[in-house]
Amino acid sequence: MSGLLAPSRATRWIIGIVVGGVFAVPFVATVLYTISSPDGWTLSRWAALFDPELAAKYRPVWTGLVNSLTLALVTVAIVLFLFAPTMVLVSLRFPRLRRAFEFLALLPITIPAIVLVVGLAPIYLQIGRTFGTGAWTLAFAYGVLVLPFAYRSIQASIDAIDLRTLSEAARTLGAGWPSVLLRVIAPNLRQGLLAASLISVAVVLGEFTIASLLNRQVLQTGLVVINKQDAWASAIFTLLALAFAFLLLLIIGRAGRVGAGRKNP
Amino acid sequence: MTTLTSGNPLAGSPTPSPEGREQTAPAPRAARRPGGAWLGLVPFAAYLGAFLVLPTVLALMTGLFDGDGALTGDNIAALLDPVVLATFGNSTWVSLLTAAIGAAVGALVCFAMLGLPETGFVRTTVDAASGVLAQFGGVMLAFVLVATIGTQGVVTRLLDDAFGLDIFAGGAWIYALPGLIPAYIVFQVPLMVITFMPALAALKPQWVEAHLTLGGTRASFWPTIGFPVLAPSFLASFLLLFANAFSSYATAAALASQGSQIVPLQIRTALTSETVLGRENLAGALALGMILVVGVVMAVYALIQRRAARWQS
Repeated sequence: MSGLLAPSRATRWIIGIVVGGVFAVPFVATVLYTISSPDGWTLSRWAALFDPELAAKYRPVWTGLVNSLTLALVTVAIVLFLFAPTMVLVSLRFPRLRRAFEFLALLPITIPAIVLVVGLAPIYLQIGRTFGTGAWTLAFAYGVLVLPFAYRSIQASIDAIDLRTLSEAARTLGAGWPSVLLRVIAPNLRQGLLAASLISVAVVLGEFTIASLLNRQVLQTGLVVINKQDAWASAIFTLLALAFAFLLLLIIGRAGRVGAGRKNP
Repeated sequence: MTTLTSGNPLAGSPTPSPEGREQTAPAPRAARRPGGAWLGLVPFAAYLGAFLVLPTVLALMTGLFDGDGALTGDNIAALLDPVVLATFGNSTWVSLLTAAIGAAVGALVCFAMLGLPETGFVRTTVDAASGVLAQFGGVMLAFVLVATIGTQGVVTRLLDDAFGLDIFAGGAWIYALPGLIPAYIVFQVPLMVITFMPALAALKPQWVEAHLTLGGTRASFWPTIGFPVLAPSFLASFLLLFANAFSSYATAAALASQGSQIVPLQIRTALTSETVLGRENLAGALALGMILVVGVVMAVYALIQRRAARWQS
């Protein structure tokens, strides 16, 4: 449709190949780094990660991964059971608060994590005394980090449906608020909720700043520990983690395409 | 995004009344009587208060007090210490440089994707890859960089073997301040792609048609219409990139394991060691300085973005 604006095929290809090529270099190089040895190519470093005898060596990463997955689960729960219902409530009952709410929800983008951690340190000292020092408590801080991302995806879904009519129809037919939320509104927001959840998982798995300065063991801090003993292992884990995050985001992007096609007939 | 404003026709004046419990109020009238619905906002407000507002306030307050809890301007004065000023200077020029390169290259990539369907293969793939690199890379980008152009990196050895070129002849700069530049560019360019693409995609083909009808050429469209319309968005994206680089910690922490050449790393040093430059609570003062810089940049960003949004309807 914007054929007049679009660059010529040649321009597209040249930019694509040059920039794509430059960005491919570090990742191709990292793959080569993990499989090259003085004697030629080898996959032994990849195999070593799953060797039970070497499990102790890579324990920081596995422990970190388990902690990070737990954190991801709790963070997604915060998104689904705290952020999403509040957003629905705001758009149904307090539409005038929307601007203020948006400002608050996007605020974490403006406050660097490194600043947040200075203030979180004393708070987590207190949390440690009350809830113990379980890994999951860090999810409270992570919820704040994912809030802007979660807000954007969920709000886009809320804007795309007529929340008021839906909920009023359900209430007229005798549904209580819990069942309106769970059985009418949530299914209609599933695309935004799914995107928010997947982005939260990706953010949590990639988070380093807060975890490292609060001395928590998560995937990224585990990678830094391993990197000091075995740079190849950290390179392999990095490739796997980046590929996983890429897949998550690709799913969001492609799912959005399917949904959009269905919603606008 | 499609904004169905029909969703809130009652946005006029939802007067809160104490007796309007949301559980019992009849549905059609519920929207007019929030009453008890305010209670529904409490958990979220409490959560944000405890984990966003409180830590931010605490971070900024610690800079104003000394170790014994007495109010002092001492830590703030430390911001004027030559060492601290130098780190702020380092942070600023690294952020400016990488934001400029990121903005230029990213805009070029956006231009190359102009006209491709948003939900097509290329756009979705580039968007996903950009998202990963821009937001979730952190520590991992440092490892990728070291594997590529570290002292034992693949490209480093390749250059050495093939051309006898030693990129570290002048010292292992990759682990110092200059090493941050290639690392930051790896996440700045993708961030530009994410933030600038919507603005570029909002250019209307009708504008070109109008321009051509009025006697312009396709070549003259960009300098007379395209660039002026895009300028605010471009500037806003540049500021976002600057703030992003300025507050980035993870990549630098993993790359420069020693020294604290930039502000976030100096905050780390201040947090992990008792006294820095003979002062306690310096982390709070540094955080204050940092949030001032980022806050001003983001405020200007918001202003420009609002103006830029005019063309994106």
